[in-house]
Amino acid sequence: MMQAINNERRTLLKGSAVAIALGMTGVAQLLATPKAFAAWPKDAFAGRSMDEVMAALFDGTVSPVDSGDIFLKAPDIAENGAVVPISVESSLPNVKRIIILVEENPTPMTAAFNLGEGVKADVSTRIKMGKTSNVVALVESNGNIYAARKNVKVTIGGCGG
Amino acid sequence: MAGIKVKAKQSGEFVEVKTLMKHPMETGLRKDKAGKKIPANHITEITVKSAGKVLMTIEYGPAISKNPYTSLVVSGKKKGDTLNISWVDNTGKSENADVVVK
Repeated sequence: MMQAINNERRTLLKGSAVAIALGMTGVAQLLATPKAFAAWPKDAFAGRSMDEVMAALFDGTVSPVDSGDIFLKAPDIAENGAVVPISVESSLPNVKRIIILVEENPTPMTAAFNLGEGVKADVSTRIKMGKTSNVVALVESNGNIYAARKNVKVTIGGCGG
Repeated sequence: MAGIKVKAKQSGEFVEVKTLMKHPMETGLRKDKAGKKIPANHITEITVKSAGKVLMTIEYGPAISKNPYTSLVVSGKKKGDTLNISWVDNTGKSENADVVVK
């Protein structure tokens, strides 16, 4: 019984910590980015096409605007699709979220970075690519979604099978 | 079992954090030699905290490379501050590490 109560308290504490973190970023952005601090977006990661992923990520129809203020760094040719270095930097204001998608992967959703206060829009990671594809970086800035794309040629796929 | 390697270095007003995590990042799509599917086993979430405040959460899927490398840049931190990095995977396993900014 005691255990159950403690667990509940724990969840409450965790919840309030997140609430405080969100509170600091201001109510306006909280409303604009309802899914930013949600749990792992299972549906987005399960989506098998770009449309499915976009529908799972955003409420309603979102058509990202291409932006020259997103710097998506990826190799032109990846010799090994199992390890493709990707970095995304943006000079857009108030970036809350950076999402990386690979159009031609079995499940396009690759990674999402939720930026708290004081975090620069400058992240990098290494991803797997099954075949030659566009890599898409989505950046959520002031509640709007911006996009940048880069084609990466893959000579050996990284998804096995 | 140092499952997380992490370095944080101050340069000017920013601190660059680089991490390397030991994890198979199995997609669930691959098959072993006997033709049996290898179950998915990948990191789902990374949390970067400092002084009890969440700086960043990262959601990863199976399309992240084995032994994930991640870097990020934070402001408002300086030499001597401590950051905490943790991951959770889809099987419920987790690990965390502290790093002092250099």
